[in-house]
Amino acid sequence: MSDEVADPFGAAPGYADCEEAVRTLYEYLDGELTEERRLAIQRHLDHCGPCIEAFGFEVELRRMLASRCRDHPPAELRERIARALGEEHD
Amino acid sequence: MGFMPSLYTAALRMTRNRADAEDLVQETYLRAYRAYESFTEGTNLKAWLYKILTNTFINQYRSRRRRPEEAEVEDVEDLYLYHRLVGRDGAAAGRSAEEVALDRFTDDEVKAALESLPESFRMTVLLADVEGFSYREIADIMDVPIGTVMSRLHRGRRALQKALADFGLSRGLVAAQPR
Repeated sequence: MSDEVADPFGAAPGYADCEEAVRTLYEYLDGELTEERRLAIQRHLDHCGPCIEAFGFEVELRRMLASRCRDHPPAELRERIARALGEEHD
Repeated sequence: MGFMPSLYTAALRMTRNRADAEDLVQETYLRAYRAYESFTEGTNLKAWLYKILTNTFINQYRSRRRRPEEAEVEDVEDLYLYHRLVGRDGAAAGRSAEEVALDRFTDDEVKAALESLPESFRMTVLLADVEGFSYREIADIMDVPIGTVMSRLHRGRRALQKALADFGLSRGLVAAQPR
């Protein structure tokens, strides 16, 4: 490694580099980073096209997972449970 | 019974069959009814119901057909699916490349990919990505430390991407190597 800084945003205090951004991608998207780290990733994304694209993909994937994994319970199940709870009460 | 559709969805992903999922949801409601005194008003009712669902599943269904050690998942690199999927189509008019690419998976493939994960990973990913619980809530529901939730999420999500990529590969939607 030379003293030359390849990624000015990655090296400056308060900025994350690509490696940190990808490593903490999930915590960032889950809203589980400290405010300081969240801002550092945010600043990195503001300047890094490849990372913002990758993050966009992960957001889209998660949205797809949440919407495609839904199932509708059969109508009888509600009645069956209501009946069971009624018997419990008696 | 406002949470029933989402409890049923979770039960189906856990048990992987409809009859067991229905029984699991019914048992969850019965246990919740009997234990209602232990629920603290003003706290998260949905998380409380999920904790009962999870415990019931672990105690009743898992013991019934426990399979040998399935705690391990194949570990793949970050952005596994992204690197194999995006770039094939380029940006189609008005829609992002990722939306176009992800649209090609069927609902059944997405569900099967989630269901292919080992149980503890499957439940953690489900609670986070389908139900939107926080790390703290998942830790409470599954009775594990937050660090365990984070590592299961990290590996579980990547394994899910691998499973989706395998479906995509078999249908020619996904590249075998990163682009």
